[in-house]
Amino acid sequence: MSKAILYDSTMCIGCRACEQSCALRWNLPWNETIGAEERLSAHKLTTITTHDGRYSRRLCMHCADPTCVSVCPVGALQKTALGPVVYDANKCMGCRYCMTACPFQVPVYEWSNRAPRVRKCDMCRDRQAAGKPTACAEACPTGATACGDRDALIAEAKRRMAASPNDYYPQIYGLREVGGTSVLMLSAVPFEQLGLRTDLPSQPLPGLTWAALSHVPDVVSVGGVLLGGIWWITHRREDVARAEGGGKEHQS
Amino acid sequence: MSESVLVLPKTADLFKSHTLGWYVWRGIFAVLMLAGAYATYVRFTAGLGGVTNLSDRFPWGIWVGFDVFCGVGLAAGGFTLVAAVHIFNIERYRPIVRPAVLTAFLGYILVVVALLYDLGRPWNIWHPLVMWNPRSVMFEVAWCVTLYSTVLALEFVPAVLERLQWKRTLAWLRVVSIPLVIVGVLLSTLHQSSLGSLFLIVPRKLYPLWYSPMLPVMFFISAVCAGLAMTIFESWHSSRAFGRQLEMPLLNGMARLMAVLMAVYLTIRFLDLLHRDALRLLLENRTETWLFGLECALMVIPTVLLFSRRVRENPTALYFMALLVLFGFIANRLNVSITGMEAGSGVHYIPRWTEVAITLAICALGFAVFRWAVLNLPVFEQKE
Repeated sequence: MSKAILYDSTMCIGCRACEQSCALRWNLPWNETIGAEERLSAHKLTTITTHDGRYSRRLCMHCADPTCVSVCPVGALQKTALGPVVYDANKCMGCRYCMTACPFQVPVYEWSNRAPRVRKCDMCRDRQAAGKPTACAEACPTGATACGDRDALIAEAKRRMAASPNDYYPQIYGLREVGGTSVLMLSAVPFEQLGLRTDLPSQPLPGLTWAALSHVPDVVSVGGVLLGGIWWITHRREDVARAEGGGKEHQS
Repeated sequence: MSESVLVLPKTADLFKSHTLGWYVWRGIFAVLMLAGAYATYVRFTAGLGGVTNLSDRFPWGIWVGFDVFCGVGLAAGGFTLVAAVHIFNIERYRPIVRPAVLTAFLGYILVVVALLYDLGRPWNIWHPLVMWNPRSVMFEVAWCVTLYSTVLALEFVPAVLERLQWKRTLAWLRVVSIPLVIVGVLLSTLHQSSLGSLFLIVPRKLYPLWYSPMLPVMFFISAVCAGLAMTIFESWHSSRAFGRQLEMPLLNGMARLMAVLMAVYLTIRFLDLLHRDALRLLLENRTETWLFGLECALMVIPTVLLFSRRVRENPTALYFMALLVLFGFIANRLNVSITGMEAGSGVHYIPRWTEVAITLAICALGFAVFRWAVLNLPVFEQKE
């Protein structure tokens, strides 16, 4: 069963306990100044964002078919069976294609490090593997961030929306976006008002590049035969001309 | 400074008297090398953040957009001419195959040098060769760069071997030359188009005037055009620098091919905009519209003019047409990789001077090595 995080914006009080516990887990600094930054960076792998008195959260969405995993040339990013999308700095060569490609603009970089790493939330894979909730879910005082099986969380989200339909915008963010994500979000207002992208297709993005990549063997085989054939034809003429020329010389 | 080592003694013999121009060019070269050396030092001590204006929201700058994208494209003259002569057997182009292959080879080496600057962990540059992810376009790009650089090296090696008089190795290379040429043409076809495929994954980030499912095809055709333009460009410069006769009938023929391919390219782009319902975007007063207009003007003007015999047969006019095509090509690659990505990323990117310094130093190095090779290896006077 794949794990997921459910963030309910209507229950969030913006206390940033999730940020602090996340920083603690990654051994990163946290103070009021960093709290006010409100954007992901190498020292801040999750953040609360404020939108006209409403709160939202940013963290890696842990897509079901992640764009970053598909674009990484060396397989430094992997989707684990449990749900988290994880990164291996030892494989990474630092091309930053994952950063360019991520539809949620999540992966961030250690720009001032001589051996820079891509940084992003890994959904506390070690804690998940041990059956514990993510650090952010454990720290959340209101239950706005919850952690559990994805199907159970979807059911819970639907239950909340059905119980108080006036409090919720009737959609779950992450249910269908780019083929579904392991982070789900609920809101009182349309998601774009929380700074979330609502123009994403419901198909996973890796299909777009695969449409081109899948033709590579065709180009190689047809192209190889074609070029070889053209070479044979164009040089055959030469052989014929030479043979005829040679024949004439022989006759004379 | 050690920079002067690059210009070998033989070069100096060419200039009997050191004119003002000689000192100016050498001075510019030294300044570029010094600036590049400083930027290199900062790059490898303070990290990418110390020399670039790249950010989490804008992770690719001119080292990718110009050095890699334009560098690879401008090297396309190599495979175009190799295919014309060795596969299509158009013998008359043989004299300019070698300079074109040399340009391509140097282009690829410089692309790899640029990558060593741009990659965050350049010591892992070989990882794609052993850690496979065939779903990644970047994986394909990495393999194409590696294999095609090798092929180009093997295609250029005869020039070195002739100089060294290694006849047996030469004979052996001739045996494998045709398969090598075919592999080379295939690899560069894949590589040129895969640079376009890289952007297929950013449908909502790249501005719709440039994002298209046809990007791989467009990148390929425009690269062939740029390769031809680059060959005309460097034939013109070589003829001036080395006092050689310009092969006008050859260049005229290439210009015709270039004009036709450009016309095909522009038609595909127009139809693509039409089918994607993106033409209406041209009515919006945005930076993207104007830059798209500039790019198109740079491509349309030479395409139209090149159909005139008078333009093609006038060396200066032909040179400027090739230059326009090259600028149009560069504008396109920069628009796709930088300008077109700005709005979707929500940031404005202007390269820092150190980014420009490294790019210029790499280009200057390329020119210097090309010059050295032309003067010291049988590049232009090819014996068969």
